[in-house]
Amino acid sequence: MSSFSLTVNGKPSTVDVSPDMPLLWVLRDTLGLTGTKFGCGHALCGACTVHLDGEATRSCVTPVSEAAGKKITTIEGLSADRSHPLQKAWIAVDVPQCGYCQSGQIMTAAALLKEKPSPTDEDIDAAMSGILCRCGTYQRIRRAIHLAAQAGGSR
Amino acid sequence: MRTLASLTRREFLTVTATSGAGLIIGMYLPAAARADLKAADPPSPFAPNAWLRIDPSGTVTVTVAKSEMGQGVLTSLPMIVAEELDADWSHMRYEQAIADDKYGSMGTGGSRSVRGGWQTLREAGAAARMMLVAAAARQWEVDSSTCTTESGVVHHRASGRSVSYGEIAGKASGMTLPAKVALKDPKDFRIIGRRTQKLDTPVKVDGSGKFGIDVRLPGMLYATVVHPPVFGAAVKSFNPAKAKAIPGVKDVVKIETGVAVIARSTWEAFQGRDALEIIWDEGDGALASSATIARSLLEASTRPGVVAEKTGDPAAALASAAVKIEAAYDAPFVPHATMEPMNCTAAVRKDSCEIWAPTQVPQGAQHEAASVLGIPVSSVTVHTTLLGGGFGRRLQSDFVRDAVLCSKAAGAPVKMTWTREEDMQHDFYRPVSRHILAGGVDASGKAIVLTHKVVAPSMGDQRQPGSLKDGLDRGAVEGAVKSVYGIPNFLVEYVLARTPVPIGAWRSVFPSQTVFALECFIDELAAAAGKDPLAFRLALTENTPRAHGVLELAAEKSGWGQPVPEGVFRGIACGPPAFFGSYVAHVAEVSLTAGKKVRLRRIVTAVDCGTAVNPESIEAQMEGAIVYGLSAAMKEEITIERGRVVQGNFDDYPLLTIDEMPKVEIHIVKSTEPPDGIGEPGLPPIAPAVANAVSAATGKRIRSLPIRIQA
Repeated sequence: MSSFSLTVNGKPSTVDVSPDMPLLWVLRDTLGLTGTKFGCGHALCGACTVHLDGEATRSCVTPVSEAAGKKITTIEGLSADRSHPLQKAWIAVDVPQCGYCQSGQIMTAAALLKEKPSPTDEDIDAAMSGILCRCGTYQRIRRAIHLAAQAGGSR
Repeated sequence: MRTLASLTRREFLTVTATSGAGLIIGMYLPAAARADLKAADPPSPFAPNAWLRIDPSGTVTVTVAKSEMGQGVLTSLPMIVAEELDADWSHMRYEQAIADDKYGSMGTGGSRSVRGGWQTLREAGAAARMMLVAAAARQWEVDSSTCTTESGVVHHRASGRSVSYGEIAGKASGMTLPAKVALKDPKDFRIIGRRTQKLDTPVKVDGSGKFGIDVRLPGMLYATVVHPPVFGAAVKSFNPAKAKAIPGVKDVVKIETGVAVIARSTWEAFQGRDALEIIWDEGDGALASSATIARSLLEASTRPGVVAEKTGDPAAALASAAVKIEAAYDAPFVPHATMEPMNCTAAVRKDSCEIWAPTQVPQGAQHEAASVLGIPVSSVTVHTTLLGGGFGRRLQSDFVRDAVLCSKAAGAPVKMTWTREEDMQHDFYRPVSRHILAGGVDASGKAIVLTHKVVAPSMGDQRQPGSLKDGLDRGAVEGAVKSVYGIPNFLVEYVLARTPVPIGAWRSVFPSQTVFALECFIDELAAAAGKDPLAFRLALTENTPRAHGVLELAAEKSGWGQPVPEGVFRGIACGPPAFFGSYVAHVAEVSLTAGKKVRLRRIVTAVDCGTAVNPESIEAQMEGAIVYGLSAAMKEEITIERGRVVQGNFDDYPLLTIDEMPKVEIHIVKSTEPPDGIGEPGLPPIAPAVANAVSAATGKRIRSLPIRIQA
């Protein structure tokens, strides 16, 4: 057990956990931020994607010790009021079905738009192909990313 | 006009008396937030029946007694109420019902939610509207028949007066529930049929939606369960020492279903699981493998079948056919692989139990907990959370049993979560099956005979061996019987082939296999007759206009018969109504990569589902069934070695990804017939549409799933 100072969605907090505890479980079980999901535990499905210093990161394989000192952003912190262009586009296109994978989809897409404000279909394929959806929202995800990009989604 | 059931009147009393208690809006809320809501709850909402409540603020809350797993019931069911209520859609809210028999069956499956709720919810909305009108009319001292309603307001046009539903709600509570209600003519629908964004979309884009795995209770512990790796095996002995030495692990206990690790966090429970040393009593189950299962299916397929449907004289017709062909098709075990692994939270107390579960069967969960604990069903409260995918997996309550056993052992509320591997290896899989088809055409090229022998395990027989009446599992021949094709000599038979692997309903159930075999075979028959696959089908569906209609629409929209780009090939398939009612046809366009891999390019879909309640959701459900079906058709197969499932996670069990997703176009047939099911019918015809396209590309027939091109 060790003490770690984390900055999650701009708020500082201290957690007392094992250094190899994945960030995913610190977020979910220790801090109660359940928007980030568990899907596979081995960086195979992308449901757990968060941003570490702005970069899309699989929190299920990221030890908390690596996240300490970095700026951690989860779906809860993407915007305060669903005003991020991707969230607005997601609502406009009515993307989610069951919704379980959507935090990971949106966080991955947000990192993509930061890097490529006007992504092509190929850019979307490359960035998003590791984020599994079982409900079949892929077509709408693609549409929503393009829509958000048009609305200046790289904020 | 239809008389309201007396049950509604009884519910009216019950619900009015208890309204406000257990108010949950949109999702499960922690106790503190619920208390706030309760305090703020207006004193006298209008709750004319179990299904809706109108607050003085004008908010209309519809109680949804079906589980939301992405199919959109939290929106489509309120739409039905809102239509007959003449509500303002922006005032509509939903709340998830707590398990209770007053709602009838809350089981969510079989594409039945909208169909099942259609009449009841229309009547509920219409009755409430009549009471609101009656209350306004009494206040104005005018006749009810001179009042009209529109968007949540009662109008008396003659005197220019109007009152909102919220304002009159309190008075409406004092009105008599009408004995008869008039329902709208479909031409007057203004909410049903309108593209409507799902009410639960906002909570699914900001992380606030609560799935089963997100439930948190005061004093809650976390657990995971290790089940026997071999089906039918049991724990012989186990050594908990290493697991208990992991910091955060509170206890390791043998429970009825396996070994539970109880810890301070899910991850610590998983760590404990990895450290567990268990010796299993594997039993005979360990002898099973994919090879032995395939052999037993092959052996069973040589046995005579039990007749499920027969018309004409198939044997004589086969003997006299100008051209006769025969083919066998195979389908593998497939898991559900919901993105949210199995989990459940249980708080076992002295003489009661409270459960939060992502379940398709809240009442099933209630019964499961009651039987585990030996307490009355009425002592078990089940809260249904959002489901991170269902697809039939959550019709089972095995994970509820695990959670209840964990909470009982821990003496505390417990959130029990499976690892992905546990989920993949302890599913109730779509069963393996083998299909033997024979058919013949006459000299003019018209199909005159078709026989289909379905060789498959039976869910009923697996639950209770020997329970099949006359050896026939009617579920297993769904999709094969009641063909949309008017073939005069027709035979469907069934042969039971038992398997030690647990099987269950998987989105669209047996039609996902029977229709694959049938629609591939229809293409083979068309080829034998020298006919175009579409023309061959159209000729056989003259007496099934809805099948004919979707085939024509999909063909027209896809440009069937017109030139395709070099290297692109088309396939078509039609889905029968089976147990879901709707008709679907897909046209698939594929090409082959340089490495001879199939590239999915475009799917054009036509669906006739009767009244389209929410076209937005219907399109989404078609997209969903297509992707789920394509993933299975192109990639998915569970294999068994030494009685164990070989695959464990998404590295050795890949799913369809966004870069492999074809362009999908959905076309909905306009209809004023009552609504049919929509969650499943898009699935059965997708694998054969693609298989037929791939066969067109390679010149070699595809006869087993997943689709693989032989070198």
